[in-house]
Amino acid sequence: MNRSTIDLWVGIFVAIGFGAILFLALKVGNLLTLDRTSGYHLQANFDNIGGLKLRAPVKAAGVVVGRVESIRLDPKSYEGIVIMRIDRDVLFTKDTIASINTSGLLGEVYIGLDAGGDTVMLGDGGRIGKTQSAVVIEKLIGQFLFDKASDAGAKK
Amino acid sequence: MSTPKSGEALDELSQGLRRLGGAVTGGIAWIGYAARFLTAVIWHSPAAFRRLHLTLREIYFSGVLSLVIILTSGLFVGMVLSLQGYEVLVRYGADEQLGILVALSLVKELGPVLAGLLFASRAGSAITAEIGLMKATEQLSAMEMMAVDPIARVVAPRFWAGVISMPLLAALFSALGIFGAYLIGVRVLGVDAGAFWGQMQAGVKVWPDVTNGIIKSLVFGTAVSLIAVLDGYDAKPTAEGVSSATTRTVVVSSLAILALDFVLTVFMFRGVGS
Repeated sequence: MNRSTIDLWVGIFVAIGFGAILFLALKVGNLLTLDRTSGYHLQANFDNIGGLKLRAPVKAAGVVVGRVESIRLDPKSYEGIVIMRIDRDVLFTKDTIASINTSGLLGEVYIGLDAGGDTVMLGDGGRIGKTQSAVVIEKLIGQFLFDKASDAGAKK
Repeated sequence: MSTPKSGEALDELSQGLRRLGGAVTGGIAWIGYAARFLTAVIWHSPAAFRRLHLTLREIYFSGVLSLVIILTSGLFVGMVLSLQGYEVLVRYGADEQLGILVALSLVKELGPVLAGLLFASRAGSAITAEIGLMKATEQLSAMEMMAVDPIARVVAPRFWAGVISMPLLAALFSALGIFGAYLIGVRVLGVDAGAFWGQMQAGVKVWPDVTNGIIKSLVFGTAVSLIAVLDGYDAKPTAEGVSSATTRTVVVSSLAILALDFVLTVFMFRGVGS
């Protein structure tokens, strides 16, 4: 095997090796987001987003129709603003309800969209008015205990 | 006034103690020899790098020719991890976490360790056998005779080729493993692709997770290469000596990888939530 063939193979090896390191850093470690899929944006404001994460699925009737693209806090109303990217061929009515749900006890958090009966559709950048916040289990348990206690107090 | 019997027992005892002492001092002397050897290799490295084609040739032999075994092993390890992980996770309805499970175990642990073990048995043994045979056929002495330093000409290029190849091979192992996990998890078992990548990206940090894996593979590469060239250089110049040196390379470097892995993991361990 002559020298230039060896150089070529070593070059290929080093290139794909560094390619693998880049893959681990960019795609797995998420140093940069490279994927830009087509679709349109919808916005929804929630009182509490719970454990919602970037790229969490947006589901309608359990079918994934989009992804969460950005999450930030509205500095005035202290609501969480969630921007979703929805597939281009799926349209939602203006009275759609967005709710934050969890699949299973340990499963991931997703946004569920329930379309209403309105005839006007939401366009790019449209805002979903009716939202239902994430259920925080600790609060729920606290409320339950509080109710129990006050019930017991009332009976006495 | 001791009877001959008790004298014999005393002799046996002192002989045993002497053997133990010999083994301990021999081991310590070996560590010193290895350190001296490593210094010599690094000292002669500039001469080796001036003739880069020697190192490139060795990268070809230990890196490029190890690609097939590393890539197929990575793919299959990833696919198996995916199947096994899915089986447990799906019981808790947490099968979306498959991506982070597979990625973290490959990037932090299995990639560097398994690639290191494969590298030790595929390339390390070949390096030892080659250098040992060179010594047995007196090629190394002939080089010294011609005023060519065998450490600069033979040992340093092989050492550096291992140090350079190992992190690249480990990264390829992890990348192919994640791809294999994707094939099984997403394509076959039907885990949501967005959740697979999304959970992975949320859970795996470039610093420290990916960098720790690269540091581990660099350390393993250095250890395996040093053990391989040292065993070859130190081999008895007989057929038997070369064969036992080759075996020792695989055994010692495998143990070194596992022990170093534990030490490095202890240093990199962050505990819960930090």
